[in-house]
Amino acid sequence: MEVQTLPRRFARPRERPGVFERVGITSLDPLLTVGALGLIAFSLYTFAVTTKHQIPGQPDYYVVRQAVYGGIGIAFMLALARIDYSRLRELRVGLYTAMLTSIIAVLMLGSATRGSKRWITLPFFTFQPSELGKLLLLCALAGFAIDRGRHLSERQRTARLMAMGFLPALIVFAQPDLGTAGVYIVITLAVLFIAGVRWTHFAMLAAIVATAATLVFVVAPLAGHPVLKGYQQNRLTSFLNPSQNPKSSSYQINQSLIAVGSGGKTGRGEQATQAENGFLPEADTDFIFAVVGERFGFVGAAFVLSLYALLIWRALRITALSKNLYGSMIAGGIAAMLMFHVFVNVGITIGILPITGIPLPLMSFGGSSVVVTFMAIGLLQSVYVQARLASKSRATASAY
Amino acid sequence: MFRDERERPPVFRDERERTRTQLNLRIAVLGGIALVMFSIVFFRLWYLQVLSSAKYTKEAQNNQVRQITVQAPRGEILDRSGQALVKNRTALSLQVRTIELPSRPHKRRSELVRLGKLVGMPYSRIRHDIHVQHKQVPASPVTLRRDVPYDLVYYLRENQDRFPGVSVNRVYVRTYPHGTLAAHVLGYVREIDAPELKEPRFAGVKPGDQVGQAGVEDSYDSVLRGINGMERVQVDAAGQPTGHILTRRAPKGGDNLKLSLSMPVQEAGESAVSSFGLPGAFVAMNVHNGQILGLGSNPTYDPSVFAKPVLTKAQTAAIFGSGTSSNPAPIYDRAIQGLYPTGSTMKPITSVAGLESGKLTASTVINDTGCFDIGGGHCLRNAGGGANGALTLVPALQVSDDYFFYQVGAWLNTSDSKNGPLQKWAKTLGLGHTTGIDLPGETSGLVPGPPWRNGLYKEHKTDRPWSYGDNVQLATGQGDLEADPLQMATAYAAIGNGGDVVRPHVGLDVTKPNGQVVQEIDPAPQRHVNIDPTYRADILQGIHEAAQAAGGTSYQVFGGYPVPVAGKTGTAVRYPYGYPGPEVDQSWYVVLAPYPNPKVVVAVTIERGGFGVQAAAPAAQKILTAYFNSHGRNIKQTGVSVPSSVSTVGAY
Repeated sequence: MEVQTLPRRFARPRERPGVFERVGITSLDPLLTVGALGLIAFSLYTFAVTTKHQIPGQPDYYVVRQAVYGGIGIAFMLALARIDYSRLRELRVGLYTAMLTSIIAVLMLGSATRGSKRWITLPFFTFQPSELGKLLLLCALAGFAIDRGRHLSERQRTARLMAMGFLPALIVFAQPDLGTAGVYIVITLAVLFIAGVRWTHFAMLAAIVATAATLVFVVAPLAGHPVLKGYQQNRLTSFLNPSQNPKSSSYQINQSLIAVGSGGKTGRGEQATQAENGFLPEADTDFIFAVVGERFGFVGAAFVLSLYALLIWRALRITALSKNLYGSMIAGGIAAMLMFHVFVNVGITIGILPITGIPLPLMSFGGSSVVVTFMAIGLLQSVYVQARLASKSRATASAY
Repeated sequence: MFRDERERPPVFRDERERTRTQLNLRIAVLGGIALVMFSIVFFRLWYLQVLSSAKYTKEAQNNQVRQITVQAPRGEILDRSGQALVKNRTALSLQVRTIELPSRPHKRRSELVRLGKLVGMPYSRIRHDIHVQHKQVPASPVTLRRDVPYDLVYYLRENQDRFPGVSVNRVYVRTYPHGTLAAHVLGYVREIDAPELKEPRFAGVKPGDQVGQAGVEDSYDSVLRGINGMERVQVDAAGQPTGHILTRRAPKGGDNLKLSLSMPVQEAGESAVSSFGLPGAFVAMNVHNGQILGLGSNPTYDPSVFAKPVLTKAQTAAIFGSGTSSNPAPIYDRAIQGLYPTGSTMKPITSVAGLESGKLTASTVINDTGCFDIGGGHCLRNAGGGANGALTLVPALQVSDDYFFYQVGAWLNTSDSKNGPLQKWAKTLGLGHTTGIDLPGETSGLVPGPPWRNGLYKEHKTDRPWSYGDNVQLATGQGDLEADPLQMATAYAAIGNGGDVVRPHVGLDVTKPNGQVVQEIDPAPQRHVNIDPTYRADILQGIHEAAQAAGGTSYQVFGGYPVPVAGKTGTAVRYPYGYPGPEVDQSWYVVLAPYPNPKVVVAVTIERGGFGVQAAAPAAQKILTAYFNSHGRNIKQTGVSVPSSVSTVGAY
């Protein structure tokens, strides 16, 4: 037997993983990544062109901050993509407790913005626990859904899961934060839906909601105990008749409609006035879509919506791909969450839904929202990566 | 396989296929919901941005912003007891923003004619006002009327569409509860002009803003001014506010300034000086800390004239002078800008220089022969023409003997090329340079000396170089000396207080509108000079006897005065119409009281007032009386008989 050694210079260089491989980008869902990065990039571009004069002397105020939030968010996304989300199932009790504790803490000692307590002020930044709470609730609830499945009747399971999801929704509603409470409910319903809860249970829930709504909107105010705060009721009612009272809450809807409508097909570009002159309230957060609509027109708005469609499509696809039901529930929950955020926020902006104060993921200015959305994308990536690994090993197993 | 099928929950039944199918169905449902949502959003966007775009573009163009400056009230100016000397009042003014008038000439004209009928102004007058104000104050809306009635406000509001560009606005106007009192100290405010806008101290002031232009309004402008607020309001396409305020920054009122002026002293001074009907000025000052108790100049002017949007030509000429008269205008503050020889009020300063330089002692005897030979057979004589015989310093000051001080002036002329002790001491005590008072426009005056005159001679600006005769003249306050009452008061205060050359100031403190004191104004003395206490005592005794011992130059005025004082008359020879020409006597009086430890100094000068004792001394006496009466004394002001003739040989 002859052993031939190659001269050193002919030796194949040891393959070293590149930077992208080492941070795990190569194994991610490319379309999902493109969609998320596209949105944050477009958000930065929008702030760069529209907020130059917002704060005198600080033309880059919004861009720099949003970029930092984006950077932190992307780091979280990459980190989460590398862990196996399935492990979160074991932490369900801890996650649920953490979520409840943080949102109750906000209610007790949070700082109020416009009469609403949503933030906790930490030494270096303020954080909105109810944003992170969405993901905590989702991961915990999905875990419980599988857990409870083992020894309870179906009806009991449904009832318990709903109670677990609606309790934090109620607390957030009391902050008061109508929009986020809605997100919690949607996440709960999505988890139940993916878990395979019977259609009849959903029908029953619908009946209960209809009764509750009657109580809240008709019976309680008549009895002298209004449940909704004044401004919430105003928002809900003014939406039905936007042009009636231009000076109060429907002012926002009107200005938003003017902004979006005046954008036309291709946008007003530098001629845009609604946001720059301050007619559009909350232009950098809840009404960012109106800014996009005015500045970039139908083309720009459609572009942003397509990116969201891309995200939602990928999320639903990952729901189907997932190697286990837990992953499906997480991916489905995130898909539903994104759908709710996008549809409600855009719906408000274009005047088809009442104002509830809900950010547009990755577009609206704000650290909590951007970081948490990227974390959600990271979870989706994790489900995707794990599904790919599982199918690879299955394929390998069948080959041998 | 499974023993109890029913116990297994549906999702964990090991029927992978069935679960998978059910999951896919549900994902499809979610996808369907997403599809419906996106369709709704896209259709709505299409409707808004493509089908209704024109309507919303029009609405967006109707959404206009106007930035409105909200005038900040200037701080008030108070006297030392807290009484307001300058306040603000709000006035409703009818204003026209010319850029918002119709651009077509005939429409513009018909609107202004309609407006004229409403307020009773002919069209020609309105056009003229607009024209004039645009020239004078281009940045501001044109003010047609001040203090318009409320009826007009309501009428214009109801018919605003017929009067684009016309509005009634609330503006702050300076108001002077005491009329012309202390006008020279207070100054006035006017719209900032183009050169001022470039000055660093007016950084942040916008065209159209009011800034101080004279007096403390000018020197304390940054304190008094305040910061204008700003409102950005939504206006419709016609320029009418919709009532929606987009952003608002509240105006910040200016701080209040309290002055050291004492109202009784100021009033007494002004009435005394103006009673002669001649130009003049006075200063009353605390000798220890330089607080000005009263400062005025006659003729004076009415600062409220400047509250009107535009000055007429006649008003401008009346205040600023027409430029043809040799007399400076009322705007001129003779107390700090007068350039006068001081006459014999210079003699105490000469005495200090003589004693401190050793050329003179308290016992030096000079024999007044009546003719002081300055060479070439020329005689300098006493003002009265007589001779007082042998004198020492104290009696020489008492009778204001000119011969005595001619001799001292001659001794003090140590060189014909360098300044001697007289120049040095005059300057050290505060003459020949500004005192640094917190009022704008102070002049430095002139202490003539050899370098000054010889320099002029080299440039052929004068007919001869310095000679000792010039020093002889300076010793008695005649000739080229230029000083103002404030400088004399400062010099006397230094002699009176033991050597502190104070920094005079009219500002006392600055308070926020809520009363909180922001700044106390108490500047340190300019310097301290060492004057031998025995020399001080001799000089003060001399001028005390001049005022209150029989035979003293102002004995007629102060002889019976209940407070011991030390005062010196002065009669300066001026040639207001050029030299040679008719000479006039300028009346001076500077007095320290109470003697021998003075608290207050009063300096008065009256142009063409005659001898010191005739005009300035009685005026100074009235000011002192006001001062002491406001400090607990009760001195009856007897009608001071102004001496019509002077019967001593001394100069006054």
